[in-house]
Amino acid sequence: MTAMPRLETPLSACPACAAVPAAERLAAHAAAAPARLVLSLPGVHCAACISTVEGGLQRLPGVRSARVNLTLRRVSVDADAGVDAAALIAPLAALGYEAHELDPGLLSATETDRQGRELLMRLGVAGFAMMNVMLLSVAVWSGAEGATRDMFHWISAAIAIPTVLFCGQPFFRSAWASLKARRLGMDVPISLAIILASSISLYETTQGGHHAYFDAAVMLTFFLLAGRYLDHRTRAVARSAAGELAALEVPRALRLDGGAETLVAVGDLNPGDLVLVRPGGRMPVDGVVTLGASEIDRSLLTGETLPVYAGAGSVVSAGEVNLTGPLTLRVTAAGRDSSLHRMADLVAMAESAKTRYTSLADRAARLYSPGVHLLSFSAFGYWMWATGGDLRFAINISAAVLIITCPCALGLAVPAVVTAASGKLFRKGLLIKHGTALERLAEVDTVVFDKTGTLTLGAPEPMNIDAHSPADLTVAAALAGASAHPLSLALAAALRVRGVRPAPVTDLREVPGYGVEGRLDGRAVRLGRAGWAGQGDLSETATWLDNGTGTPAAFTFADRLRPGAAKAVAGLQAQGKAVLLLSGDTEGAVAGLAARLGIADWTAGALPAEKAARVAELAGQGRRVLMVGDGLNDTAALAAAHVSISPASALDAARTASDIVLLGSDIAPVADALRIARQARRRMKENFGISFAYNIIAVPLALVGLATPLAAALAMSLSSITVSLNALRLK
Amino acid sequence: MDILGTLIPVSLFLGGIGLAAFVWSLKSKQYDDPQGDANRILNKDWDDHPKP
Repeated sequence: MTAMPRLETPLSACPACAAVPAAERLAAHAAAAPARLVLSLPGVHCAACISTVEGGLQRLPGVRSARVNLTLRRVSVDADAGVDAAALIAPLAALGYEAHELDPGLLSATETDRQGRELLMRLGVAGFAMMNVMLLSVAVWSGAEGATRDMFHWISAAIAIPTVLFCGQPFFRSAWASLKARRLGMDVPISLAIILASSISLYETTQGGHHAYFDAAVMLTFFLLAGRYLDHRTRAVARSAAGELAALEVPRALRLDGGAETLVAVGDLNPGDLVLVRPGGRMPVDGVVTLGASEIDRSLLTGETLPVYAGAGSVVSAGEVNLTGPLTLRVTAAGRDSSLHRMADLVAMAESAKTRYTSLADRAARLYSPGVHLLSFSAFGYWMWATGGDLRFAINISAAVLIITCPCALGLAVPAVVTAASGKLFRKGLLIKHGTALERLAEVDTVVFDKTGTLTLGAPEPMNIDAHSPADLTVAAALAGASAHPLSLALAAALRVRGVRPAPVTDLREVPGYGVEGRLDGRAVRLGRAGWAGQGDLSETATWLDNGTGTPAAFTFADRLRPGAAKAVAGLQAQGKAVLLLSGDTEGAVAGLAARLGIADWTAGALPAEKAARVAELAGQGRRVLMVGDGLNDTAALAAAHVSISPASALDAARTASDIVLLGSDIAPVADALRIARQARRRMKENFGISFAYNIIAVPLALVGLATPLAAALAMSLSSITVSLNALRLK
Repeated sequence: MDILGTLIPVSLFLGGIGLAAFVWSLKSKQYDDPQGDANRILNKDWDDHPKP
């Protein structure tokens, strides 16, 4: 059997170890729709988690059964009609597990599972047949003669022929498909070798011949299936995890019909509808504000960290986040026409360009297939001429050539390395979504970073607290504590850490879009926008405190660095990569960050199209660009780059456009990923070298007719095993 | 060499049992969640009596 790749994510703290299920609390939650629900549970990772989650769910009314799949980090729940996902998510949250509803339509998990099981079944059958046929073959090699040898050959045939017919189907199907498309894929010589080896051996057996290649045919099938299964597993794990990410945001919107609020799918909205967006919510559509005042965070779309004021008449785009007050929007474009979707279409176009990349395996196959056929046919022709038309001997030689050159090792060379490398990267928190992403990553010489949300967390951090008087700080703490605005939250948290006690401010009131005000000792105090506190804007992100006595004072903020950002940039520079910073944010903010991280080449205020153009320009200079970004404004650049990475916190569109998703919040693995990718590419090339070396030795033997079934079996298993071991050397 | 007439069928039969067991385990979806199964044996829930 093959080694199962163990893919593990970095362990998080186990909620079950701390929180014991509170059944009563769970039972209190009432249930209200479809029968089978699938939830993603990123936090489960141990035996206690399984029993906590399953036990907790089964105690809920209406739940028939719940089963956790730890490999996929999911739970599937069978429930009565009338139980919906929200009714399951709340009790799970109470148990300490973050849960997300997954769209079963997007997952199509059963389909991929079925394919994997089918391959595993064929692999098992081939393994059984290989061991038995080999047992009989060893007896023949060690000198069985006459009737005994014939009997062994017949028994081998009885096992091998059905096995080959059943297990070889994936190769036969794909060979047929590639022949119909008038191409010579790797599967054509594979299928030809398997079929030719079996039928020649069957013919030899009926004639009482000395050599039968049943063991070779079955072994070939087994090793190639092992490669195919590894390949499938790596891709299935990546696909299911990527599908999970895509399914995380189930898009819904609150529509106002006459006064009543109804929760509807974004696809059902029409231009002219009124939609309510609560503070903290994402704009589901493009629209115009009709009612309310608030501030909106555009960082995912434009890279600006500074929130923008929005009041009646302001135009908003899908994907922006509403920060402080409820907003009512009149929909101008929804679904297909929204800016979010137009961006996605742009990505789809760039994607199709990317699939044109030819992988190492494809290039090897392109050389290999015609070469092998040519070799085999010329051997046939030569021996027909040399022996004066001995058809049986000539066919035997050409079959031996096909079997010996058959790409057992070639079929394993890439999948074994990719499995080892992506397992390693998965444990570091990187998910490879695209098959050739590793190879493309190995070629990278230039790395382009986005700023907001990529190198920084998009979360502000107060910079100049020490410049204020203690009295001001207490007032600021009181005011900041009363608001949910990101700047207030950051300020309040920083002041709490310093032990600042809030001043007794009364009549606290949040003015959406402006700030917070209150009264202290009969004076009006305010914390908020510069204009509101009677000041002009600064170049930096800032909020102003008016303590009612003198001139307002500014609290300035800088974006907090993502953990590992400095390490990632330093690591990449140490590897000799050119590092660039392309941001849509203001010049001051970008320059500060570039200086902090030591990036010399930076651009501020870049529009989405400019980012993509810059990446294309770099590519035009012959550079291989790795783009790391998260926002909608990066999407076109991500798709245009040679290879791209986006954090899991990025918008759907950005994650779809990128080849690799960073699962954790630490960005340091990006530098490691480049190193591992280069190493993996080296291993792949070594593996091709190894299998080529075996062929150099074995092919001449086959051509002169000296290749016995024993030699074929030895060459095949030795090369396959060396190749797999070489893949495991990956550090 | 007569013993071969017995031993070969026996070895094939035993191999066949192994194959049948593999097919059964695959059909009953025992390879769908290897990590989960490895952890479930540590679960104390059904230690005293079997799962109903």
